[in-house]
Amino acid sequence: MTLLAFDWALLIEKLVLIAVIVFGSLGIALYTTFAERKVAAVLQDRPGPNRAGPFGLFQPFADGLKLIMKEEIIPNTSNKVLFILGPGLAMTAALMTCAVIPWSSHVELFDRKIDLQIADINIGILYVFGVVSMGVYGIMIGGWASNNKFSLMAALRGASQAISYELAMGLSLIAVLMLSGSLSLKSIVGEQMADGNLWNIAYQPLGFFIFFICALAECNRTPFDLPEAENELNFGYHQEYSSMKLGFYLFAEYVNMIMSSAVMACLYFGGYDIPFLDESTLAPNIAALLGVGALLTKIVIFIFIFMWIRWTIPRFRYDQLMNLGWKTMIPLALANMLITGALILWKAGA
Amino acid sequence: MSITQIMFFFLSALAVFSAIMVLVSRNPVHSVLWLIAVFFAISGHYILLNAQFLAIVNLIVYAGAIMVLFLFVIMLMNLNKESEPNKHIWMKMAGAISGGCFLMVMGSLVRQAADFQGKEALVGTGDIGLIKNLGRALFNNYVVPFEISSVLFLSAMVGAVVIGKKE
Repeated sequence: MTLLAFDWALLIEKLVLIAVIVFGSLGIALYTTFAERKVAAVLQDRPGPNRAGPFGLFQPFADGLKLIMKEEIIPNTSNKVLFILGPGLAMTAALMTCAVIPWSSHVELFDRKIDLQIADINIGILYVFGVVSMGVYGIMIGGWASNNKFSLMAALRGASQAISYELAMGLSLIAVLMLSGSLSLKSIVGEQMADGNLWNIAYQPLGFFIFFICALAECNRTPFDLPEAENELNFGYHQEYSSMKLGFYLFAEYVNMIMSSAVMACLYFGGYDIPFLDESTLAPNIAALLGVGALLTKIVIFIFIFMWIRWTIPRFRYDQLMNLGWKTMIPLALANMLITGALILWKAGA
Repeated sequence: MSITQIMFFFLSALAVFSAIMVLVSRNPVHSVLWLIAVFFAISGHYILLNAQFLAIVNLIVYAGAIMVLFLFVIMLMNLNKESEPNKHIWMKMAGAISGGCFLMVMGSLVRQAADFQGKEALVGTGDIGLIKNLGRALFNNYVVPFEISSVLFLSAMVGAVVIGKKE
């Protein structure tokens, strides 16, 4: 009787990996909320949260407890099913990206070679792109189901912003794909780690710049946080939300930040590559652990830059946002793609 | 039953159920969401056939872009139960009969067509769906139709810009 004949060890391995990565990301997101408040405090020359625990380290737990304990209000005139579905979709779409990110090389445990990546599919980047395009639904459905004109306006804004910046993001990705010749994130990282190759940022500075701005826009971070512009839309698409449903929306933003930082690190900054160190001289397990550390360091640096920008730059007006997206970013990305293609052809011919 | 078969039946059931829900739902926004579920189920079938590129492009283009456009239109027009036009019973009957005829023609076509006789689906083995092979095929064997369709897309884009431009 072989009803389900397959490698059970593989299943267990992947389940453990998924659990570790998902809960790890949520844990980091938890402390990113704390870091956001601390960074804001430093930039604005004030102490920031410092009451709960040493240096205020228990603050995120206090915040979480507060959100869970608050009264759950679902507006009478809302569409109940979709109102509850909205935050769930936002969170799911945010977490789904982690499936294709190579967190490190591989560890050898119990005579098994375990890749520290949930799925190395050969369409890795397209998968990321598909998940990003799903992210719109959380905002749109939540905003529409609230049955509130401010929420609806914010949802439409958020969706059109996401769609506009997705185009430039995709075009800047094409240049990276031309360089690496693969869509798998693992081989893109491998390409950058190979001897004699620099990180992609050296070949693609303009591409990275475009990708970074688009990532800011996709995560709804300042200066692109038009969907929640409180001075014109009260609180944006999650205005009617309370308690943990609001928490999910806010939390999804932080998870999105972590995931886009991880993707940027993999595409342009060598992923789990440690600069000036040949990983193959180390024992594989140690190299893998150091690799995770390197990737996490890069992610933390990117998150800090996200926050730095948030607390420094005021937000755009809506027409400025659209002009920047369609009339600056897309032509720049197209030019970047053309130049990259021409240089690759020229190099291949020479 | 292997995993692949279980997945196949699960995805098929999901696709058919969601497709029925698209038609049955009274609320147009619900219909759009069920249609997205149909696209997901179909993408799952593509993955079972090892056509990963097709699967993800199906999701990006249909579920990620076209359905967002649908949602936009429905939300802006504020369609709901009250504003739905009440169709006459004869109209519904005529629709059901013509739809049934179409289903019969399609069904017999699939059953009778010589191309499908005695063929089996290449589950998880074919590699034409992988992006490398697909790209080679498109740019070697089918380069003229490919270019013509891209010119068609370009003209459609230019047309949309011209229509959307304010005077």
